[in-house]
Amino acid sequence: MSFNIVVLAKQVPDTRNVGKDAMKADGTVNRAALPAIFNPEDLNALEQALRLKEKMKGVTVNVLTMGPARAAEIVRESLYRGADCGCVLSGREFAGSDTLATSYALSCAIRKMGKVDLIVCGRQAIDGDTAQVGPQVAEKLGLPQITYAEEIQQITDGTITVKRRLERGVEVVKGPLPMLVTVNGSAAPCRPRHAKLTVKYKRAATPSEQQEKDVDYGNLYTTCPYLNINEWGTGDIEHESKWLGLSGSPTKVKQIESVVFAAKESKKLSPADSDIEDLMKELIVNHTIG
Amino acid sequence: MNNIFVYLEIEDGIAGDVSLELLTKGRSLADQLNCKLEAVAAGHHLDKIGKQVFPYGVDTLYLADDKRLAPYTSLPHTSLLVNLFKEKKPQIALMGATSVGRDLGPRVSSALFSGLTADCTSLEIGNYQDKKAGKTYENLLYQIRPAFGGNIVATIVNPECRPQMATVREGVMKKEIKDENYKGETQQLDVSNYVSDADFVIEIIERHIEKSKVNLKSAPIIVSGGYGVGSPENFQLLYELANVLGGEVGASRAAVDAGLADHERQIGQTGTTVRPKLYIACGISGQIQHIAGMQESAMIISINSDPNAPINTIANYVITGTIEEVIPKMIKYYKKNSK
Repeated sequence: MSFNIVVLAKQVPDTRNVGKDAMKADGTVNRAALPAIFNPEDLNALEQALRLKEKMKGVTVNVLTMGPARAAEIVRESLYRGADCGCVLSGREFAGSDTLATSYALSCAIRKMGKVDLIVCGRQAIDGDTAQVGPQVAEKLGLPQITYAEEIQQITDGTITVKRRLERGVEVVKGPLPMLVTVNGSAAPCRPRHAKLTVKYKRAATPSEQQEKDVDYGNLYTTCPYLNINEWGTGDIEHESKWLGLSGSPTKVKQIESVVFAAKESKKLSPADSDIEDLMKELIVNHTIG
Repeated sequence: MNNIFVYLEIEDGIAGDVSLELLTKGRSLADQLNCKLEAVAAGHHLDKIGKQVFPYGVDTLYLADDKRLAPYTSLPHTSLLVNLFKEKKPQIALMGATSVGRDLGPRVSSALFSGLTADCTSLEIGNYQDKKAGKTYENLLYQIRPAFGGNIVATIVNPECRPQMATVREGVMKKEIKDENYKGETQQLDVSNYVSDADFVIEIIERHIEKSKVNLKSAPIIVSGGYGVGSPENFQLLYELANVLGGEVGASRAAVDAGLADHERQIGQTGTTVRPKLYIACGISGQIQHIAGMQESAMIISINSDPNAPINTIANYVITGTIEEVIPKMIKYYKKNSK
């Protein structure tokens, strides 16, 4: 029995390490100053998929990412970590997609993949923090969903059991397959597996990357078919173009402002006894404390 | 028709704070738009909800009572809202940016092809000009939210699609009773007209939900720690100070990520928004996303060994020193001189 898992992953700017040069003078984001990384919670999702692959027979882990051509890096990193294959969904037509247009495009790509038993993705991406794409894909595919997953505990007889981490507690739920699961950052981190996978997949590339390579690898990509990363555009998926990109995005950005806080004139104090005592005295006198 | 809908999040037959905060905001938006405020509750034993929510200015309360609707699962609540929205055609729909609202909202928006903006920090009414199409839209919902790790604030609109949907975190909006005797009407929904049996596919095997132990929102004094606190032992000093002053302990995202504090103590755009009368920031550098969640504090004291920490620019008092040195002195002086 084959069991096909699709992992949805996104390449994101590392918004957690925003330096001073991350914003341009005009208030727009300087993407070049932010390193592109594997969205952290998507790595948690990949880990859940890889654990199932280690536990069960016949599991294929296929990583799907939508983004510019350089997002192939996400698929390569997934291969290093133990995924079986991957696909980059790329094209001008996808530009300007909000979460809804993104989920439409992803759902069209997943449909093309044939029998899919389980879709896993991170709860949310750090560049938008919306947590919308997972559930929106599930709805587009008519699948049930389990969000905020911390651990996929069991897969038996066409059902999946998942432990969820909520704001104020935990839930263990069971539902039918196929299912879409979004994974929380509190789930197990994606630990590196075999270093030899990195060697094996070092030259994995999409067709356009293979063309751009300066070195001629001869028939490497025909003799080692696993090195081929799929690259799909709008021509490869069945879709209606009005639901893609800008026209498929109901939300519009009216305005973007960089955040500036009004500075106060602050009083500078030292940790000396006298300074702290004066401050505490003042706070007690004006009834801020006590 | 074309009213404002708030989805009420129900736990044990009571609507949660986040829903009451949304009703307060929804009421003021409805007044501006001259439309009605409607609320929908799905669950079981909902007889107390009316008494609880009408004072917030709810004109119509829809009750979908079915034992299978509690606790929340995705598909039945999605079907209920999708079908109810198709029938009532609200112009705006609001829900909490909680594990329920963030599970439900995207599904509903995907089914209705309506735009959804997550984690809004402000909601306003205004016009929008689409210059390319040469069209002006009046009275749209401005959905204002931080993006890019809080470095920018974006105003999002949904010109064409309805309802305009938004989620808001707990504690971001203020909760305020409009009128204790506000008169609204209750409508019981026949659940079978909205939800199909096939929607009940998820079985809840175990469930442990705890009442929140931390109440940052109503704490008058907050002693908050950042990554700079350094160790759990030093964080203990913050608890001691908060305890002596009668306050609560908060934390920055960096401190929570480093495991120094629980997530429920997190203050900022991805945590709770607070407005205490005194905020003592300990070892917090002051990333924008943190400052956005506490800048309305009446008084801010920053204790930081770095004299150039960004948070110092918005603090009333800046103490350049270490937590270990400063906090014990504050505790000692307060114990000696209060009362």
